[in-house]
Amino acid sequence: MERTDAELIAAVLQGDAASFEPLVVKYSPRVFATARRYARRESEIEDIVQEIWLKSFNKLASFRGDAPFEHWLMRLTVRTCYDFLRGHQRNRETAFSQLTEPEADWLDRCVTHPNEAGDHASAARQLVERLLEHLSPPARLVITLLEIEERSVKEIAELTGWSVPLVKVRAFRARAEMKKCLAKLAQHKYL
Amino acid sequence: MNLLELQRKLIAVARANPPADTVPYAFEKRILARLTGRPTLDLRGFWERGLARAAMFSVAAMLLMSAWSVFVPANNSETLSQDVEKTLFAAVDNAGADFAGDSR
Repeated sequence: MERTDAELIAAVLQGDAASFEPLVVKYSPRVFATARRYARRESEIEDIVQEIWLKSFNKLASFRGDAPFEHWLMRLTVRTCYDFLRGHQRNRETAFSQLTEPEADWLDRCVTHPNEAGDHASAARQLVERLLEHLSPPARLVITLLEIEERSVKEIAELTGWSVPLVKVRAFRARAEMKKCLAKLAQHKYL
Repeated sequence: MNLLELQRKLIAVARANPPADTVPYAFEKRILARLTGRPTLDLRGFWERGLARAAMFSVAAMLLMSAWSVFVPANNSETLSQDVEKTLFAAVDNAGADFAGDSR
């Protein structure tokens, strides 16, 4: 019979490290998907996820069990990803002049034929990633959680550990930052 | 260009294409190996390593001093022991000389 998360955690806390493995197997897909939103290179993503699991093992005693383990783990995941973004701030200074041909084409189509632009999703996806890389770490986190993952302000506050008013302020600033980045992109493309 | 429209489209693309949730092969084994292979604090090993390192440095210093005493030519016929003796007793000799000078 499959053991529950609570049973596995209790076993790990009693010194049975092997009981941690089913938890890693069960939740790694979710953790990897989240980490892939904030890092591009696969080696970086693996490092982030490894750090998350090592942290969760070391901090497991602080898991009280009044909420599902997955929620606790996702909080740890989002905070570790945010730390990663803050640690790699300098890498986000790539210019929009380095747009690839498909990205530039997608932008052109978006202007000339707005209804057809959705067809070339991979170019658009790359463009979104490029745009997000230009944002500051808090702005990128807020835009990802609020606009792309469509989470509520309260959920974001719980995930990040920020207060609700701080999330609102950062969301406002993030939208302004995003607008500025888009304007820069448009200016570069059409001036 | 309508920036709001562009932003809306880009966000829609990002929503429609969530990142993959694939996990590298045997990733859980790697994590478990990291967790179980963590070194514990070994006090005896810590002291042994420290003492062995100190002994190596002492032997190296001894060899250097021996080589120096053999290969560096003495500036006169006096030996090292005589030099040491002279340096040690220099203060006493000077004090004796000063005392003799004052008494005159």
